Amino acid sequence: MANEPSFAQHLRSYITGYILSVVLTLAAFAAVLTIGRENKSVLLLVALLGIAQLVVQLKYFLNVTTQREYRDNLALVAFSTLILLIIVLGTVWIMGNLAVRMHATM
Amino acid sequence: MNLSSSSKSPGSIGNAHEAAHRDPAVVIFGFWVFMMSDLIFFGVVFAIYITMVGATAGGPGPKELFDFGSLFAQTMLLLTSSLTVGIATVTMRHERSRASFLFWVVITLLLGIGFLTLELYDFSEMASKGGVPSRSGYLSAFFGLVPLHGLHVTFGCLWMLVLIAQVFTMGMGQVVKLRFLRLALFWHFLDLIWIGIFSIVYFGGWVYG
Amino acid sequence: MSATEHGWLGKLSWESLVFSNFLESPSINEAVASAAGSLVILASIAILGLLTWYRLWGPLWRDWLTSTDHKKIGIMYIVFAIVMLVRGLLEGMVMRAQQAAAPDGFLHADHFAQLFSTHGTIMVFFVAVPFLVGLINFAMPLQIGARDVAFPVLNQISLAVTVSSGILLMVSLVVGQFSTGGWSAYPPYTGGDFSPGVGPDYWIWAIVFSGAGTTLTGINFTVTVYKCRGPGMHLFRMPLFCWTVLCASILMIFAMPPLSVAALMLGLDRYLDFHFFTNDLGGNMMNYANLFWLFGHPEVYLLVLPAYGIFSEVFSTYSAKTLYGYKSLVIATMCIAILSFTVWLHHFFTMGQSPTINIAFGIATMLIAVPTGVKVYDWMATMYRGRIRFTTPMVYAIGFLILFVIGGLSGVILANPTVDFQVHNTLFLVAHFHNVLIPGVLFGILAGYNYWFPKAFGFRLNDKLGRLSAYLWFAGFMLTFFPLYVAGLLGMPRRSFTYADLTFKPYMIVAFIGAMVVLAALITLVVQFLVSIRDRHKTRVPVGDPWDGRSLEWASPAPVPAYNFVELPTVTDRDEFSEAKEHGRAYQRPKNYRDIELPKNNPLGFILCVTSGILMFALVWYIWWLALISALAILIAVIASTFRKETEYIIPASQLEKDTEAWLALVEKSEAVSRDLEDSPRNVGYSKLEL
Ligand code: HEM
Ligand SMILES: [Cu+2]
Repeated sequence: MANEPSFAQHLRSYITGYILSVVLTLAAFAAVLTIGRENKSVLLLVALLGIAQLVVQLKYFLNVTTQREYRDNLALVAFSTLILLIIVLGTVWIMGNLAVRMHATM
Repeated sequence: MNLSSSSKSPGSIGNAHEAAHRDPAVVIFGFWVFMMSDLIFFGVVFAIYITMVGATAGGPGPKELFDFGSLFAQTMLLLTSSLTVGIATVTMRHERSRASFLFWVVITLLLGIGFLTLELYDFSEMASKGGVPSRSGYLSAFFGLVPLHGLHVTFGCLWMLVLIAQVFTMGMGQVVKLRFLRLALFWHFLDLIWIGIFSIVYFGGWVYG
Repeated sequence: MSATEHGWLGKLSWESLVFSNFLESPSINEAVASAAGSLVILASIAILGLLTWYRLWGPLWRDWLTSTDHKKIGIMYIVFAIVMLVRGLLEGMVMRAQQAAAPDGFLHADHFAQLFSTHGTIMVFFVAVPFLVGLINFAMPLQIGARDVAFPVLNQISLAVTVSSGILLMVSLVVGQFSTGGWSAYPPYTGGDFSPGVGPDYWIWAIVFSGAGTTLTGINFTVTVYKCRGPGMHLFRMPLFCWTVLCASILMIFAMPPLSVAALMLGLDRYLDFHFFTNDLGGNMMNYANLFWLFGHPEVYLLVLPAYGIFSEVFSTYSAKTLYGYKSLVIATMCIAILSFTVWLHHFFTMGQSPTINIAFGIATMLIAVPTGVKVYDWMATMYRGRIRFTTPMVYAIGFLILFVIGGLSGVILANPTVDFQVHNTLFLVAHFHNVLIPGVLFGILAGYNYWFPKAFGFRLNDKLGRLSAYLWFAGFMLTFFPLYVAGLLGMPRRSFTYADLTFKPYMIVAFIGAMVVLAALITLVVQFLVSIRDRHKTRVPVGDPWDGRSLEWASPAPVPAYNFVELPTVTDRDEFSEAKEHGRAYQRPKNYRDIELPKNNPLGFILCVTSGILMFALVWYIWWLALISALAILIAVIASTFRKETEYIIPASQLEKDTEAWLALVEKSEAVSRDLEDSPRNVGYSKLEL
């Protein structure tokens, strides 16, 4: 680990991640509490803010970046995300469709 | 495809004294793989929650049960603890004093306990409004998912206690350091899951329920 | 549901013992149950007695139960799987007898239901998985030139919880009744309203604990293959078996969680009155079906991929040719692994979702046939113009090739939703999955057993009896399961303990005869084992390479020393050991001897095996104080083990030198035999170069 970042650099990375996360969290709460009362599409915004925060924390806290050193982790996370999406979206698709056809509330 | 560059295997493997399984890169990567398995575990429970948002069976739903003030406080506690565990990692990696390292670990632990206390308080509030898992499919799904995360946090706190004990009994050697690195990863990971919980479970449930 | 309803032993009482039913109302049904229970007890007593008589407790403890050596853990997995295999097969035969005797069978409906539930659960979770995990544990680290798996103690823990779950299933034969809900345990039938007994709880905890073990194994193997390969062992130089292990391990990591979630949620429904899958209050059992098969389909590929790997090794070794289309096999394996996550709905085409969804999943299912077809052609091309020897593993491999294709084709038929609507839940399905599981997985396992046995124990298995067993397996399998295709098309439902329509009867009788042939095959297997032990002095292969092997596991003596390799080999090519033999790099003296560090013995695995077994039993029977104590014991044992400081021991260079010089001297004076003499006593594991 020759080009290990300095103490201050390291610390700065965590603090940047923290500040960005706080901002994104505040934005999500604010969005839901203001527009969320009548408008369901606020969830789209919440989703975007959530994904942004995931990316921020992955980068600044968990060091999942495209840097060579961390590429194994990146590949692992990407593959896991693929499987996660297949499982979650597939489940929602199937069960949602079933609910519609059974006139059930879902 | 070569041996991954982040592992220092090529040099160390010929050296009979450095058994491969003690290579830090291997240990950390193994923990990542574990977390990804856990991620799928959470993901499946999330999926079940999504399919059950409407299944309140006439019982109380998100609109009656959720307390966003407390949710915000929990979110901030957990997020801040993710920062403090990060600071502890930095002090450890840069060989700062053991006291400052322990200080940040203890702060993290306290924040974690604070989070758990608030969460439990929330659950008891919900229960007093009739929000118990045996009431409906929806509440079963809620109580299948959010306490699962809480259980992980509890486990993380326990792990932290054990590590604090080991700092004293075993010293800050490589073994303890590696364990702490994994704990920090775990802790950050739980904060990632929490983003999903407040976005999907609380906000999603509230908007759609 | 609270503890107050029961005494301090929870739901447990004298009536729970299987024998009490027999004494109260003797019948053949109860006699079969009591006989099975007695068998478990007698066998346990016999084993304990023999161990004491021969004073084997010490060696057992030191050399096996506390060992962290991947080879020994692998062998323990296999021993466990063989015990469970015997039970599972016997259950299959009892069921075949019942259906052959029907309409006047000798079993009650409930007993029959327990039989297919335990049979299915055991065969999948306690035979196929642990046998494969055992073989992988034994062979994979050797093949990639490593000293051990990435996490040896974790390996021990995986074994521990798998075995304790298996023991729990054995206990269910004696105390209480197992679930009657099939291996898939669909609620609401398995929920508290319809199955108030302990049966489903036995199933749930066995699945949760063994599932955790399998997940940890998957993590361990993935990291081992990905990060612990020896010098020069690039991914694309690995033997194909290791590729299939990597893909199967990835399936373990990602496919086990849905099962654990499903089983735990079912447990929450049963224990704490949750409503995930109940009929009332918003529960939805379809969620269970969805979860179960999110696991279930990847599971079958988790089983068959390593078997493909074994067959690849076998085809190439016994054809004395490098594997044809290595890259295409690797890519096909990866495609299958990923596709296997996209087809789960074909297990519930009839649930009621739209035709669009059915078509999408039907097409995805059929797609899997493509990479599988690629593999079949590659294997055939590997044999083409090879120096083929019809040894036992090769016989299994060829039987696999023919029979598995038939099973695969019946799968493609079932992938068509319109067809599936007709034969869903009939014996056609039972025929299909046995047709892929037996020729695919079981034959793979048995081929691997015959193939690697000499490496593990230093002597060969009797090949004649091995082949006889294989042929009996083929005949027995075909007689048992081909009639079921017809009976299924005629409409006979699966899981029926009796039937009124006598059209089915002839098929059931043929199937029973087939099951008896399978029994003969099983007996032959046991005889082969005993005869081989008797004749071991004539079949020793100390040099270590009886089949002119191509990969690194054959480069060391047999049995393999604890440290695997004196000096980790530097790999320069695929089929590394073949290359080494050809270019005179095999059997070389290491440049210098250096100490080797290995993980020490660790009692943690054994402790967890006992405590987790007690925990599961206590949970099944609602003995809360015991559950609490054993759970705490588990926690304390794990935490305490992290305080251990000395976790490694050293094998001194002098010891290595002594071992290696002795072995090299042996190589020197041994005769290199040609492939014609593979089965003769002259084969001491030193293969002649035949180019
Ligand atoms: C050759 C010996 C075997 C025989 C005679 C046999 C027999 C049977 C029978 C009679 C059933 C019940 C069918 C029904 O539902 O009507 C069954 C079910 C099943 N078998 Fe086998 N079997 C054998 C081997 C295997 C193997 C090797 C495996 C797996 C590796 C396996 C896995 C299963 C499964 C998963 C079920 C479904 C259980 C359920 O319905 O829940 N069997 N078998
Ligand atoms: Cu399938």
